Amino acid sequence: MAEQKASTSIEAVESGLAAQGYIASRQIATAVYLSQQIEKPILVEGPAGVGKTELAKAIAAWRGMKMIRLQCYEGLDEAKALYEWKYAKQLLYTQILKDKLGEVLGGAQTLHAALDQLHDFGDVFFSKEFVEPRPLLQALEHPGGCVLLIDEIDKSDAEFESLLLEILSDFQVTIPELGTVSAITPPTVILTSNSERDLGDALKRRCLHLHIGFPEQRLEERIVESRVPGISQALRRQMVGFIHEIRSLDLKKLPSVSETIDWARVLVLLQASELDTEIVRDTLNVLLKYEADIEAAQPQITTFIAKAARSNVFG
Amino acid sequence: MRENLHRFFRAARGAGVHVSPAESIDAMRAVSQVGFSDRTILRDALLLTLAKSQDEKLALGDCFDLFFSQPEPRQDQPEANNDDASQHADQSPSSGEAGDAGEGQPPEALGPLAQMLLSQDRNAIQAAIASAAGAASLSDIRYSTQRGIFSSRILDAMGLQRLRDELDELTATNPSLAERLRTALDALREAVRDTVSQGLALYAREEAENLRNEILRNAPLARIERRQVDEMRALIRQIARRLRERYSKPRKRQRRGHLDVRRTLRRNAAWGGVPFLTAWKRKHRDRPKIIALCDVSGSVAQVSDFFLLLIHSLHEVVDDVRSFAFSSHLIEVSEILESKSPEAAMAEIMSKVGFGSSDYGSSLVDFEKEWMSTLTPQTTVIVLGDARSNNLDPRADILRRISERSKRLVWLNPEGRLAWGFGDSEMPRYATFCSVVRQCATAQQLERAVSDIVATYQ
Repeated sequence: MAEQKASTSIEAVESGLAAQGYIASRQIATAVYLSQQIEKPILVEGPAGVGKTELAKAIAAWRGMKMIRLQCYEGLDEAKALYEWKYAKQLLYTQILKDKLGEVLGGAQTLHAALDQLHDFGDVFFSKEFVEPRPLLQALEHPGGCVLLIDEIDKSDAEFESLLLEILSDFQVTIPELGTVSAITPPTVILTSNSERDLGDALKRRCLHLHIGFPEQRLEERIVESRVPGISQALRRQMVGFIHEIRSLDLKKLPSVSETIDWARVLVLLQASELDTEIVRDTLNVLLKYEADIEAAQPQITTFIAKAARSNVFG
Repeated sequence: MRENLHRFFRAARGAGVHVSPAESIDAMRAVSQVGFSDRTILRDALLLTLAKSQDEKLALGDCFDLFFSQPEPRQDQPEANNDDASQHADQSPSSGEAGDAGEGQPPEALGPLAQMLLSQDRNAIQAAIASAAGAASLSDIRYSTQRGIFSSRILDAMGLQRLRDELDELTATNPSLAERLRTALDALREAVRDTVSQGLALYAREEAENLRNEILRNAPLARIERRQVDEMRALIRQIARRLRERYSKPRKRQRRGHLDVRRTLRRNAAWGGVPFLTAWKRKHRDRPKIIALCDVSGSVAQVSDFFLLLIHSLHEVVDDVRSFAFSSHLIEVSEILESKSPEAAMAEIMSKVGFGSSDYGSSLVDFEKEWMSTLTPQTTVIVLGDARSNNLDPRADILRRISERSKRLVWLNPEGRLAWGFGDSEMPRYATFCSVVRQCATAQQLERAVSDIVATYQ
């Protein structure tokens, strides 16, 4: 019974994401479903532009949740990711409350009594009012849950990874002055990485590991269909076939899904009805981002168009 | 079913996927969510929870396919019918025919195994093999030499003894039935042997690999066999990964107690210089800069090959490597090594400078003429060679100047210490100018030597 439910739920995830314009493969849908069920973050790896960040956006839109994004970069630290004390506000308040403090302490006879009275104030200046929540704390405190996107985790330092561990496994953080803040509703956490450096085992262990590669031809056609509705079916097939041929070349940066979509938009704008050498040559800079890559692809254009057209007939 | 999952985890470990207890718990939870009915979903779920990189995903996927091509010890799963079963049937066509002929005979007096064999119920036989394999703890198999003992254990668990007795009896009373049973038994043996081989492939890989690597680590690099070269390359890459992990940690060392006044003031400018945030001085450690001079003549060539491979796969640890190869003269090979695959690079290097008789003197002259200025007080110079200069002028004076200009001069010699100084070996003369001289004949010694060099920068 439960097993029946699982496969239908995975289909529900697929169609839910599709409604937001994100065509997910079976693996992606399974990962999203599982992360929801066993409350684990998803670590998404893959080349740039295959829709890692887009996945988080689609999940947020599908579930009607807020998306909180934390862009990682070198030197990102606790103060920028988790929380910070509002120093200026603390300073201002002590200045304003100077007289008040004097009043309160005025009644004390001895230094000792004054200290006792000060203790009674508690840690007014280290209370919630003076905490500036940064993305991670915001995500934990968001009522009703949210989607937390930790983007390009591989760009951050190794120390930052360790900071994330508590949040990822228990959905809580410890602030020394305030105690432990637990999530009201555990957020859905998506981490993305371009594999620029190897992530620590401790971090990987806490996540579901999802690798998104370049999609298969059929899937990519469906993605183009959902993103660029104005394109004709024949052209769509042809251009996706052409891009798959391009990916077989040894290039510096292979065109990924985002480039495919851009190219489809360009082709629609130019009102192309089918691929020919002329139009491909003119628009190749949309697909390939390096001069050397464009030069390597130039001589192959005609062959690739022919190949794409042929696979079109049989496909 | 839980038992099966545990066996799968063990098989996964054998396939080189690191499965910790915590991960296996996660995988269990995931599996309890998706169930066993849809195999592709089960596969995806296990891949998501257990594998942590693309390589591991591939290995685990293969492992999954191999593992679940085995029948599970459950009779209500018709798809458990696998290759073994069909092979089993193919090898006993005669028994099938005989089955038609001998129909109507009541084999009730026979034991369960005999009945099962006679009824040709493939699923039942497969299930029986699988459960007997479980009873004989097939997942403990480690070496290929254990195949026989595990086969006989499984057959015993299935009730071979009783079948034998019955066969003896039947030979006298009912020879045709005995003949049928005997063919079926042969086929059964075949099927059990296949099961054991599969078990070996699944569970024993880790042990076998460890053993082989251990032998390989201590084998002399210079006399390695051609077929082992690829394995050795894989081992060297493993060593490189380990060194990277150990030494690529951030190279900042805090000098506690030293306040960085300038940075503190600048950082607290917003609060009128009241130091809310303090900044402390940090000391930066240098990354190693390495210049490697490798002899590529004769027997040293192979060692140089592995050494260069190791040094050049340490990008994260080592800032800057420049490699030079020499036999009778010296050329720079850094670019060849960076741009080509190890095999192609080595072939090109050999075609350029290899196969000459080594002349350390003129090679050192070449180095001094062109590259002496690249040496800085942060550079470690590594010379790899046997110091056999064919009685030509060793030019140890150049080596002295190299040593004076650089941080350290390390000489790695593939020959044993006993041979140093005998024949045309100039090792003692060179050794006086070296910071360290060590023997470097096996992968293990190579690892230790490189690890020490990198560690001096920590």
